[in-house]
Formats: sequence, C-alpha cells, structure tokens
Amino acid sequence: MSLIAFLGAVETGLIFGLVALGVYLSFRILDFPDLTVDGSFPLGGAVAATAIVSGWDPFLATGLAMVCGAGAGAVTALLNTRLKILHLLASILTMIALYSINLRIMGRPNVALLMEPTVFSMVEGPGMPPRAWMIPAALLVVVVVCLLVFNLFMASRAGLAMRATGANPRMAGAQGVATGSVIVLGMAMSNALVALAGALFAQSQGGADVTMGVGVIIIGLASVIGGEAIMPTRTVVLASIACILGAILYRTAVALALNADFIGLQAQDLNLITAVLVGLALVLPNSKGAFGRWSKGAFGRRIRTRGGARGAKS
Amino acid sequence: MISVQDVEVVFNPGTPLENRALRGLTLDIPQGQWVTVIGSNGAGKSTLLNALSGAAPLHDGRILIDHRDVTRWPIHKRAGLAARVFQDPLAGTCERLTVEENMALALRRGGLRGLRRALVGGERESLRDGLARLGLGLEDRLDDRMGLLSGGQRQAVSLLMATLAPMRILLLDEHTAALDPRTAELILRLTRDLVRERSLTTLMVTHSMRQALDLGDRTVMLHEGKVALDIQGSEREGMTVQGLLAEFARQRGEDLDDDKLLLG
Repeated sequence: MSLIAFLGAVETGLIFGLVALGVYLSFRILDFPDLTVDGSFPLGGAVAATAIVSGWDPFLATGLAMVCGAGAGAVTALLNTRLKILHLLASILTMIALYSINLRIMGRPNVALLMEPTVFSMVEGPGMPPRAWMIPAALLVVVVVCLLVFNLFMASRAGLAMRATGANPRMAGAQGVATGSVIVLGMAMSNALVALAGALFAQSQGGADVTMGVGVIIIGLASVIGGEAIMPTRTVVLASIACILGAILYRTAVALALNADFIGLQAQDLNLITAVLVGLALVLPNSKGAFGRWSKGAFGRRIRTRGGARGAKS
Repeated sequence: MISVQDVEVVFNPGTPLENRALRGLTLDIPQGQWVTVIGSNGAGKSTLLNALSGAAPLHDGRILIDHRDVTRWPIHKRAGLAARVFQDPLAGTCERLTVEENMALALRRGGLRGLRRALVGGERESLRDGLARLGLGLEDRLDDRMGLLSGGQRQAVSLLMATLAPMRILLLDEHTAALDPRTAELILRLTRDLVRERSLTTLMVTHSMRQALDLGDRTVMLHEGKVALDIQGSEREGMTVQGLLAEFARQRGEDLDDDKLLLG
C-alpha cells in the first residue's frame, strides 16, 4: 500500500471515528440501537454541500449540518420516548424519511464541491505541505476537540445522568433523572457528531451524494467493536479513544484488503466484507470451543448478548 | 406528611387482564412516622409504593406529599421528595458506573444536573465517610465498578444513596427480601440507624409479619387493595403474629390463609 493510500485511509478513518463516537454514545451509553445514522450522515453532507454551493461560509455550513443532525436524532428519540415506538423501528422511520429529505435539500441526487471553498481550503494551496498530509492533520485536530468535549460532558453531572439512563433507567428515574429528556439530548448529540462526519466527508471527497449513508451504521459499529478488541475500555475516556482507533484501524484494514490484488477483492465488496466481519465479531465471543474462548478475550463484548441478559434480569 | 386519598390503581383496564390493584386506599402518615406494610401477594403493597413514587399512574384519587399534590408528577420530579430502595439489589444501583459515580448521582437527586463536574470540593471525602459507616470496607472501593460488589453490598450502598440527598419520605420495598439472612440483618440494622437518626418518614413493605411488628411505629395490613388493619401505639406493643391474624379474621369476618403470609 502506498503512503498516499495509507494517508487516505487515516483521513476517512478519522472522519468515521466521529461516526464511531456517535454510535458509541447511542449504542453503548444510551443502549439505543440507532439506525438514524444511515440518514444523518448523508444529511450532514447534503446540508453542508448545499449551503456551501449557495454561498455559505464552509464553517457555518458545517455547523448547520450538525444542527440538522441533532434534529434528526431528536426526532428518533421523541418517536421512541413520547410516541412509544420501538427504538430500532423509530430510527428506521427517521432514516427512511431522511432519504427523501436529503434529496429535497440537494434538489438532485448529488452536489459537487470541486471548485468550492471548504473547511479544508485554509490548509491547502501553494506554500502549504501536500494536501494528503494536511487534511488528516486538520481532521486530527477536529477529532481531538470532539473527544475532549465528549469526555468533559460525560464527566459532568448531566453526563453521569445520561450514562445511568442507558445503563439502568429505573434507577436513573428513581434518582430524579428525567430519562426521556436525557435520551433526546443524547440522541441529538450522537447524530450531530454523525452529521459533522458527513459534512467533513462531503468536503474532503469533493461532494455529497444521497447514497453516501448506506452502511455507515455498520462501519460505525465495526469501529466501536474493533476498538474494544484492541484496547481496554473500562472507562468512558478509554472507550471513546478506542472508537477513534477502531475506525482508523478499520479503514486501514479495508484499504489493505482492497490493495492486495491477490485476494481478488474489489471496492464493491466493501459492504459484504464489513457485514461478515461485524457478524463474526458479534457471534464469536458466544461460540463454544477453543476459538470461542480465545475470541472472548479478543472481542469479549456485549452487543449481541446484552439486550437479552438485561431483559432477563428486569 | 403522606396523604393517600381514595387511591385506585387499575392495570390493563378494559382488558381480560384487568387488575384492580388498589381499590380506594386511604392512608395518612404524619411526619417522622415509620410505617411497616404487610399483606398477602396481590394485596397491593408494592403498588402502593409505586403509586407514591410515581411508577404506577392513578386511576382515581389523590396523593399528597408534604402538603403538595403530587398526583400528576412524573417519577423524576417526585424523586426530589421520595427516595426509594428496591427489592432487587441490582435495580437500585448502576453496575456500569463506579461506586463513586453512583453516589454522585444520588447526591444530586431532585437537583439540577448541569455541566459542572460530578463531585466538587470535599464531597468525595464525605461519601467515603458515609461508606465507612457501613462497616463493609467499601470506603476503599470508590473507583470500583458497582458490578464488582456483592448483592448485599450493593443493597447497603443503595440504602446509603437513598439518604444522601434531602428527601421528605423514604420508600423501602421489601429491601431485604432478596438477601441472605445475615446480610438482611445488617441491612435492617442500617435501616434502623438511618431512619431513627434522621427521623425519616418511612414506608417499609415487608413480607415478614414478625419484622413488621418489630420495626417501626405503626403496622398497616393491606388486603385486596385496601387497608384491612391499622395498628399503632399500645395496641401494637403487645401484638403477636397470631394476634394479628386473629384480629384480621375478626374485622374482616373471614379467615386469612396463613400460607399467604410469612409468619417468621
């Protein structure tokens, strides 16, 4: 794999690290399986691209994308908490609705940003180090800021209430936490992160496309699980860092696989590979035999088992 | 302090599963009184606590806590007035949070949860002192995850957490039922100390008639969603479990099946 291909993998890895952070917030902290992500990622791209094309400042456009993402997450959460629709179904409803909304926002299936200013324009141009280096560097700054804000929030009183709401809603309620509102806030934050990733992705890839969200949730999930496999995630700080590393690792692994011609894999196989990998990561820790025991150490996590175990207890 | 007025709670109304758990229950509890609640399965003991904490919506009637009509208040708003310990030791604490985080959460019960740090100033030290009082060696385990503690330890912490923030009433829902006898004894001793020391207005549901008569100031027996017996003072002093059953039979004109109650 060439250096450029590697830097490209790091670049997309950092962007999907933000997705992973959002997915970690919904799946792990709130225990809310949220497929809105597949809609809020292209929503972020669509809003940012459309706003930039119509003359907005790229930073304002990216901010607007985050606000829209937060709105999408809040809608999913309200469908669940107020209207009592099953969480998974609520998120699918929002995701489907967003497909039409994204087409409406853009007015066509895609918006190109090739000659437009983007948030990356300031690190490009003559006299600057090459683009392939500067964009990952800029993204690293964005990711570090997001991690910092995320962890400061999670250590606050409100953050503690959010973590309790996901882990034990009955206890949280008894301790005076308005669990419904906390879920709305958490889902808004989660999808704002995902929309930010979508906005940055559109700007780094030169345009937004209505199909750019397909499978994003699985990539986010793969990053969360992968991150948990490579490092201890006992605390929120460690787990959030693991999400970012997991995303970079995932994109690098994908780039490697696609670059290795002898395997015969091509770009169109990406989603199949992802699905197989995530499926294995979910199943292996529960399988019997030596491999199951080994993989418990490597992937010993709870996405598959947790819902069942929790349901049995309460 | 607590005034329960003609409260009716109906589960699954209008369906074949309709269950009238509370049928016009009325109960007044003055400030500082410790009431023990007994009754057979389905008598409405837990439903009464759920009605007070807001977990069971009322079909009819009113509930006043501290002279405030809380009938329409949601659970989290009532939590500022009512602290609760659940029967299940795992329900009252959050296993994925540390002991300290659990207690920090309880410390802000009823307050606003802003963006300030979870614990400020000497709060960590005062939590440690509180844990030391339990005598379980938990004061050195503030940073351990709650899931690492045993059921009894978690119930002890739950009880402590219930008394961290100011509250008007304490609700104990068979909080020793799921524990082994020795741990149950420890939790009961802690309960007695905490309730007496701070003169808490307490409603304690128990399935043991012996416990109900030994602890507290007043014993209420529920039957079919209503108060069947209500004894306190000198009448309660000399009361035995057999006497309680006989009194119940006399008042209701029917025998209560011994098997439905735990006599021990």
